[in-house]
Amino acid sequence: MKFTLLKLLLALACGMFTLTPAVTAQDESAPPATAEEAPEDPIADYNALLKDQGEYAGAYDFFTISMLWTCIAAAMVFIMHLGFATLESGLCQKKNVINVLFKNVFIISIGIVSYAFIGFTTHYPGDLNVDPDAWNGWLKFGGMIGDLNADGGNNWGYGGLALCMTGFGDFIFQAMFAATGATIVSGAVAERVKLSSFMIFATLFVAIAYPIAGSWHWGTGVLNQMEVPFKDFAGSTVVHAFGGFGALACVMVLGPRKGKYGKDGSIKPIPAHNFPLAAIGVFLLMFGWYGFNGGSVLSAEPGALGLVFTTTTLAACTGALGAIAAAWLWLKKPDLSMALNGILAGLVGITANADVVSVADALIIGLVSGVIVVFSIVALDRAKIDDPVGAISVHGICGIWGTIAVAIFGEGDFSMASQIKGVLLVGGFAFVFSYIVFSALKATLGVRASEEEESRGLDITEHGQEAYYGE
Amino acid sequence: MKLVKAIIKPFKLEEVKEALSEIGVEGMTVSEVKGFGRQKGHTEIYRGSEYTVDFLPKVKVEIIVNDDLVSKTVEVVSGAAKTGKIGDGKVFVLPVEEAVRIRTGESGPEAL
Repeated sequence: MKFTLLKLLLALACGMFTLTPAVTAQDESAPPATAEEAPEDPIADYNALLKDQGEYAGAYDFFTISMLWTCIAAAMVFIMHLGFATLESGLCQKKNVINVLFKNVFIISIGIVSYAFIGFTTHYPGDLNVDPDAWNGWLKFGGMIGDLNADGGNNWGYGGLALCMTGFGDFIFQAMFAATGATIVSGAVAERVKLSSFMIFATLFVAIAYPIAGSWHWGTGVLNQMEVPFKDFAGSTVVHAFGGFGALACVMVLGPRKGKYGKDGSIKPIPAHNFPLAAIGVFLLMFGWYGFNGGSVLSAEPGALGLVFTTTTLAACTGALGAIAAAWLWLKKPDLSMALNGILAGLVGITANADVVSVADALIIGLVSGVIVVFSIVALDRAKIDDPVGAISVHGICGIWGTIAVAIFGEGDFSMASQIKGVLLVGGFAFVFSYIVFSALKATLGVRASEEEESRGLDITEHGQEAYYGE
Repeated sequence: MKLVKAIIKPFKLEEVKEALSEIGVEGMTVSEVKGFGRQKGHTEIYRGSEYTVDFLPKVKVEIIVNDDLVSKTVEVVSGAAKTGKIGDGKVFVLPVEEAVRIRTGESGPEAL
């Protein structure tokens, strides 16, 4: 009885709240009594916003939708870090999980912050298409970002249709990309790298190397100034191959995990400790990729968006199928870790060309990527390149494939020579930069955890924590 | 009092527990262990490289029973845990010096 009364009173109160505002609103928009006063504008505040857009007011709807999509896409690219974190921790041994997660937390943090301090302005020093003297196309360091909304940075004038977002939208979207490049390396060096040295390397890699390499293409640098410009839609080269070849250099300097390769040439597998985590990671990465590729349309243009979402998805799926087939036929068993890498291989493969290929092209690109990645993973292992997560194969090798696929399949003016030049320049730079920096760290601070640390696990030795305390 | 220690195949645990319950044995301690006897391991494959797993997952069941119940217990455990295939496990019987119920302080066979 008591509760029924209470419910009745609550219902009454709710009723009052819903009724009252309606009554008030009617009062506000009621026309004034006198004839001299102009009728009040019910959407005066919106119209003020529109007036602020100046000559661009007519495009405000599309601009806001595009900016909204950019922000959502940026958040989805962020989710890829969650994907990396879970994938890497799933594929490593139980005793190193905290170390892997810690590296991932650090990379996103330093990546974004350094991009605000130096990355963004170095990545985009000026549009050579607009002002050929803006910079030399190779290198121009920039400083910290300021108020990117200022000076027309918050309207259509910032980038028009080709970059349909505000300055801050541009920054945040690109900032998320920057950190993904560095995190590719963390998987390849997992389980034996010395934490502090890795943190130093990762900082330099994402703060300096990434923006410089990116400026050569997305920043309108040298790769764009060729007779037939280089094309890399969303970063098969400037993000993935960049990360993959950086990873290769580091792994060569670092060496394999202890006991992985026998003197007789045998390979001792170090299996994943948690496949569910790894699978969750890959699916999260695929989800985030819709932001990665979809956001790279740089507007909400429906035609391009629909195409990119479709080609991206198709390639991911045939990537998985290709890897499943290749692994099952060649290695005799359907290996889940290969299937997972296959999805990623397909995604990396389509990343350079998602906006210029057909449905059939996308299916083929993904399939080839999935097959390539299986062979690459095994080949690198046999060459004693120890890569616990297959990062070098997925991002480096398939990044190359995705880039040259632009010239093979792409609808438009593309050149194989330009594509290859781009890959060699960016991949080569990432490799050389990483080799030098990591070697310098090796000679000074050391880059490897000690044998005892590696045996006991980096969690206990470097962090003093257990990932699964009590188990 | 005797400790009856049985190493059995993990999926047989439920059956063994129920069989013991039928003869009046209600308490036991169970642990997950690894081991092998004459049963060879198996081969697994990870990213193209094969490796043998020698240590197979088993379950260890430990029961303390009165002397008069020992042979029945061994018989029941063996019967429930048997599949007839290699790797079924073994049962051991060890002497127990003392048993104490912590809550009441009872000792000897009354503590079981």
